[in-house]
Amino acid sequence: MVPDAAPRPTLAQLVLTYFRIGIVGFGGVNVWARRVLVEEKRWLSEQDYAEVLGLGQALPGPNALNVAIQLGERWHGALGAIFAPAALFSGPLAVLVLLGLAHDRWGEIALVKAVLAGTAAAAAGMVIGTALKIAQNLKPSAPVLAVGVAALLGAGVLRLPLPVIVLGLAPFGIAAAWWTDRRRAPAPDRGGPAR
Amino acid sequence: MSEGGVLWQIAVGFASISLIAVGGGIAVLPEMNRLVVDVHGWMSDARFSQLFALAQAAPGPNVLVVGLIGWQVAGLAGMLVATLAMTVPSGLVAYGFSRMRKRLAGNARLRMVERGLVPIAVGLILSSGIILAQSAAQGAVSIVLAVASTLFVWRTERSPLWVLAIGAVTGALLL
Repeated sequence: MVPDAAPRPTLAQLVLTYFRIGIVGFGGVNVWARRVLVEEKRWLSEQDYAEVLGLGQALPGPNALNVAIQLGERWHGALGAIFAPAALFSGPLAVLVLLGLAHDRWGEIALVKAVLAGTAAAAAGMVIGTALKIAQNLKPSAPVLAVGVAALLGAGVLRLPLPVIVLGLAPFGIAAAWWTDRRRAPAPDRGGPAR
Repeated sequence: MSEGGVLWQIAVGFASISLIAVGGGIAVLPEMNRLVVDVHGWMSDARFSQLFALAQAAPGPNVLVVGLIGWQVAGLAGMLVATLAMTVPSGLVAYGFSRMRKRLAGNARLRMVERGLVPIAVGLILSSGIILAQSAAQGAVSIVLAVASTLFVWRTERSPLWVLAIGAVTGALLL
């Protein structure tokens, strides 16, 4: 799983790169992290990044943060695991402080409210569109789809607490994945081919 | 409620969300909404989606919306407490996991568990979007915006930045 001849970034390179990923990461960081780490710097292969991201999604917590911690740990141990995420968050947090200040000061102006209302509607659509895109790309079998719909109803309609949803549905999700594997035999449909 | 009490509530609330946030920051939006609006009554639904929009308009991880929520509830201290509470507990888990990863990599059961969590994560993301849309899409213009942006992000490969920019301009002109 360790890339064969991939160059290993220094701690300073890692921190600078992650700072940049955070600052340019409009609309979520994962897209940009992949672009910079895989395409630009070539510190990781596509396959390797997909696996790290997959684990980042399965672990609790923000995906992009989990990826930064895993990669930081891989390249520079505990120091990397602290500094890569810190670099990722520091720039955007500073921007948010400024935005928050500006919002406190000018948030009541009608134009600002209108801009935010428009952005909020677009952002809501963006989240829905992203979920539909992921669902489409995953090509779920019927049982897997049913688990997804159950999670949707539990959170969106019944407004159940998240632990209830995750813990309650996890056995069904695992069973659905297992069933799908048996049906589709050797076709691993996500997270890259098994090794 | 004293300021320390509120900070403590923020820390406990977001730390628990951090540890159950399978599927990433956006997937826990319904839970955050429940905590912030229903349980503690720190803000209204509409305010919550505005903060989310503000966080989306800024660069960086989506999860930073917790920083803005903390800001709204208890100022700069609230922002720092919320951000740390949301990142440190799950971060420690990720660190520990990363160190064990070599041993577990390729473990078929682990893969099955990971894949079993995927549909739950996607369902949760979709419900986040719907909850946001319920409070954000009031009136014809914002409904059209939300639907158009759904289709744009779903059916094209272009950067979602476009939708946010178009939403901002449309809002300025029509809302």
